[in-house]
Amino acid sequence: MAAIRFDKVQKYFGRGDKRMHALSNINLEIEDREFLAIVGPSGCGKTTCLRLVAGFDAASEGSVSVAGKPVMKPGPDRAVVFQQFALFPWKTVRGNIDLGLRNKAIGFEEREKRIADVLKLMNLETYADAFPHQLSGGMQQRVAIARAYVLDPEVLLMDEPFGALDAQTRVVMQEELVRLARVQPRTVLFITHAVEEAVYLADRIAVMTRRPGRIKELVDVKSVRDAEKWNRFERIEDVMDLDSFVHLRTGIWRSLREEKNG
Amino acid sequence: MDRRLSHSETIGLGALGLMSLIGLWAAISGFGLVPDQFLPTPIAVIGRFIDLFREPFAGFTLQQHLSSSLMRYLYGLLLAAVIGIPLGLAMGWFRTLDDVVTPIFEGLRFIAPIAWVPFAALWFGTGIGGPIMIIFAGAFPPCLINAYRGARFVEPRLIEAARMLGTGHRRMLMEILLPASLPSVMAGVRVAAGLGWQSLVGAELIVASAGVGFMMVQAQASVQTPTVMAGMIAIGITGLLIDVALRQGEGLLRHRLGAD
Ligand SMILES: Nc1ncnc2c1ncn2[C@@H]1O[C@H](COP(=O)(O)OP(=O)(O)OP(=O)(O)O)[C@@H](O)[C@H]1O
Ligand SMILES: [Mg+2]
Repeated sequence: MAAIRFDKVQKYFGRGDKRMHALSNINLEIEDREFLAIVGPSGCGKTTCLRLVAGFDAASEGSVSVAGKPVMKPGPDRAVVFQQFALFPWKTVRGNIDLGLRNKAIGFEEREKRIADVLKLMNLETYADAFPHQLSGGMQQRVAIARAYVLDPEVLLMDEPFGALDAQTRVVMQEELVRLARVQPRTVLFITHAVEEAVYLADRIAVMTRRPGRIKELVDVKSVRDAEKWNRFERIEDVMDLDSFVHLRTGIWRSLREEKNG
Repeated sequence: MDRRLSHSETIGLGALGLMSLIGLWAAISGFGLVPDQFLPTPIAVIGRFIDLFREPFAGFTLQQHLSSSLMRYLYGLLLAAVIGIPLGLAMGWFRTLDDVVTPIFEGLRFIAPIAWVPFAALWFGTGIGGPIMIIFAGAFPPCLINAYRGARFVEPRLIEAARMLGTGHRRMLMEILLPASLPSVMAGVRVAAGLGWQSLVGAELIVASAGVGFMMVQAQASVQTPTVMAGMIAIGITGLLIDVALRQGEGLLRHRLGAD
């Protein structure tokens, strides 16, 4: 059973004359523990796809299901990491991470343990009692990822999570996410503008067309990554130099460029 | 404004304005341009103001009148905040509640607090109940409106984040909407405190058997103009102190929330 499934999904915004066709016949299955990235031109409906899975919006036609159950409303089985972090400024790092656990009515000791674990996992131990505004952007996004990870969600939804970070921090976070995917694999739906980021992180990449967004192409990265043993490199720049990486990246670039121009 | 004034310049100019007003007042009353009952001299008023702390008037000293006023005021303001803030937040969250309450509220809120006096006296008496209701009528709308607006304009991202974390209604109100709208709520409470204080004095002119407003009515009946003016000064200073205290509180709170 697929972890996430889009079945003949159509999405319209507005009504009457102002009705706008945002997504056209999206069919997509994301496997359990698969990392799928969506790339596509601006305004093609990437965020809309993610919001349907999160339960923030509903499909106009067709259905979206997670672990076999149709999505009805937002819930902690589908944790979201937002581009602008969306941390609660009046809560400490610990308080932010704790909210979802408390909502699940998990006991105090179990919560403490899970918070400690996730803080360690994200290298945030020393910041447990800091407030978000006291942290750098990269740190804040770590907290947001920790807040999502700690819930042990069915799927992780990330909408350009590193889009608001500077280039250096971005690279650190990308490497971090790869490390995380190795120690604690999760089903991830990841949205990005950056093709390199998608190729570096994803098992599979869905390329979308211009509006109304359709899935134009599905690119298998995992088989190449495994065959070419990208995992032997720790650093992103070493992976990016590989011919197999460049080849995939260029192919997706071309595909996207057709969309932008044509 | 043409240019920024420094802090001390602002204070200096303010003091200058106040001094000129008092100077004008002293000149008009001191040179006998108007009879004493119309406008006593500043010296007479200040003297009276000080005396009132020792000599009871209309049964009580000024500080006793003040504390009786403040007591009512605090009850009324507290009641307005305790009902208005949660109701406003809930209206910002539950659509149906908003649809039910808004027409009632909009229908009633333009009735000046003082216009409730007859009903307040009739329903709650002239003891503690009536005046409290009038203060409530003044203080309630800003509490409710600011909490409502605060809740409605919380960053959608934060609400979505809370929803995806599985946050229920109660926690959403207490832990997300309330803290997120705290600056707006605090501003509302400050406005409410001002309006409530104004309404209180109005209320005491009519209902009450102690209080600064009551003292002023009694003084006016016996043409003791300096006492009336001393009461006005007491009201002004107290109102100012309340406002300053709340501003300080608001500043501290903003600081704690990391808003600036
Ligand atoms: N709530 C909404 N109401 C009306 N139109 C919307 C709404 N949300 C999105 N849209 C429109 O739907 C289209 C797809 O939006 P979406 O945000 O999914 O694009 P995107 O691919 O994420 O773009 P970007 O790369 O810029 O983030 C856009 O044209 C957008 O203006
Ligand atoms: Mg987007």
